[in-house]
Amino acid sequence: MISADLNIILPEILLSAFALLGLMGAVYTTKDKTGGLLVWLTAIVFVALAAWIGLTGEGTRVAFNGMFIEDGFARFAKVTILLSAAAVLVMSEGYMKARGLLRFEYPMLVALSAVGMMMMVSAGDLMALYMGLELQSLALYVVASLRRDSVKSTEAGLKYFVLGALSSGVLLYGASLVYGYAGTTLFSGIITTAQSGNVSLGLLFGLVFLISGMAFKVSAVPFHMWTPDVYEGSPTPVTAFFATAPKVAAMGLFARVLHDAFGNAISDWSQIVALLSVLSMFLGAIAAIGQTNIKRLMAFSSIAHMGYALMGLAAGTVLGVQAMLVYMAIYVTMNVGTFAFILMMQKDGAPVTDISSLNMYSKTNPGRALAMLVLLFSLAGVPPMLGFFGKLYVLRAAYEADLVWLAIAGVIASVIGAYYYLRIVFYMYFGEEQSEQLDNSRGGILGGFLIASALIMVLGIANMFGLEGAAAAAAGALVN
Amino acid sequence: MSVFSFYLFATCVIAGGLFTVISRNPVHSVLWLILSFLSAAGLFVLLGAEFVAMLLIIVYVGAVAVLFLFVVMMLDVDFAELKAEMARYMPLALLIGLVILMQFVMAFGAWESNVAAEGLRTQVTDPTVHNTAALGLILYDDYFLLFQLAGLILLVAMIGAIVLTLRHRVDVKRQDVVAQMMRDPAKAMELKDVKPGQGL
Repeated sequence: MISADLNIILPEILLSAFALLGLMGAVYTTKDKTGGLLVWLTAIVFVALAAWIGLTGEGTRVAFNGMFIEDGFARFAKVTILLSAAAVLVMSEGYMKARGLLRFEYPMLVALSAVGMMMMVSAGDLMALYMGLELQSLALYVVASLRRDSVKSTEAGLKYFVLGALSSGVLLYGASLVYGYAGTTLFSGIITTAQSGNVSLGLLFGLVFLISGMAFKVSAVPFHMWTPDVYEGSPTPVTAFFATAPKVAAMGLFARVLHDAFGNAISDWSQIVALLSVLSMFLGAIAAIGQTNIKRLMAFSSIAHMGYALMGLAAGTVLGVQAMLVYMAIYVTMNVGTFAFILMMQKDGAPVTDISSLNMYSKTNPGRALAMLVLLFSLAGVPPMLGFFGKLYVLRAAYEADLVWLAIAGVIASVIGAYYYLRIVFYMYFGEEQSEQLDNSRGGILGGFLIASALIMVLGIANMFGLEGAAAAAAGALVN
Repeated sequence: MSVFSFYLFATCVIAGGLFTVISRNPVHSVLWLILSFLSAAGLFVLLGAEFVAMLLIIVYVGAVAVLFLFVVMMLDVDFAELKAEMARYMPLALLIGLVILMQFVMAFGAWESNVAAEGLRTQVTDPTVHNTAALGLILYDDYFLLFQLAGLILLVAMIGAIVLTLRHRVDVKRQDVVAQMMRDPAKAMELKDVKPGQGL
């Protein structure tokens, strides 16, 4: 029995073993000099695992008495997580090396947090959920304060840690209440307790606390306060990482808990998630307007995007989960490209995050400015970019689930949000001339990611590269 | 007798917790906390969970509380200032706490627990299996995956502590065991013939 169980979690075991071996190898040999090599090795392992999981996985398998679920939904989320983490790792190498931040622990911590994320989306038990969540979060707290000599970076790490611990406490409290009322921590057991229309008040209390804890992890309003400071203070490649893989994992976990454990009580949680969604969309759109730092702006942008993804969840249907998955995949692709651009923003070799430094950037580097324009249009949801179709999907899911008010709110928030994305475009193309321009160095890998991401946003409108079908299969596996 | 012990321990837990919060001296707070832990361990013994009681004493009193004590004594934290800061937010905190408390009273008023949960509560473990052994059976069998994950989490915490605090200073002289063993008198000593009254 144990060998069959181990066989099911083999990708996670291999990734953990790789992280341990990498750590040992680096400690006993050349230490930080191997940092660059380890970054590439980790990225290759990520891609290989993603290919393996994506190409060979079939059906639904359950391991460890139901604590670990390997189904289509988990596979979709894992492939997205691993690929985006690999992209961000590769992007970070040059930046980290130039600033002496490329410790060998960095790729290993990212690998361990990826193990945590894979556990999160496969969790079939409240305890497994918590273990995965903590493994992921703890590694993220450390990489947030990786630039330990900078006050801002350590502040980011500390803030993230303290607030993250608080949210974990809230989540655990909810889990204990759910356990108390359901008598089991297994999702498959909770769902039989929570028959529709017959959810006990105590169980509902637990559910509210669970949702609050998870909303913190996806930085949904009103649990978003940490996001701008952590995004601004962390080293930029780490910010890029925060904005991609962990968000997918947290949204996957959210969907997993709501549908696997509380799938019989959709009307009870749908309204809570809808409220989180509408608040996130509006706060993300309005608060970003006054930002001058592009990293803070991306923080509010991610809050708004999480609002749209939650809209898909609030629908509580197969279409809703499918829309959420499509939205997250597109969101991650856009963010990889945007952060590649932000990583290239330099003046005399020093990183710049001021938006006004992009004035007339189209003259310095027309190609890069054009790619960024495509990405910003896509982020804002302007047709015909791929980002528009992501939004269309979640709006349709909300509309078909009779949440018309939510869909209308989404459209209004999207129009407000378009302002701050287009403001950057305005700066790049019609801004004031300024004497000091950003460096026009060769982009290398970063430029490649920027262009690839922009091309996907344009070419993807043909058939979304088969994303729709994959997401539909994944959603079907989760929602019965 | 056991009823008397229960009320004694229960009173001590609550009193200890209360004094932990309201003590002016943080060192006293930690000492009250230790009293709380010890009384809670007593409660566990009354429940027949002697292994958990021992864990509580060894881990929480022996390690965690002592660590707290050291941290409190070593760090120069101005607790009076922290408390003054807290007083500003007190009314809001009290309000929120009160609202949540009311909600809970309502929730628990409508208590309704699952039949399966009741069954689990009355389920008696095999009396021939020792408590510690029974815990081990669950931990290393049913919860094997979680146990291993907990190990990974602790590893990440260790890596994190090292990454964030370890600094390799160049001016620190380090011990090189091999070099020490390879020393011989010929390399380590130099014989000088000092003539009386002249010095070197």
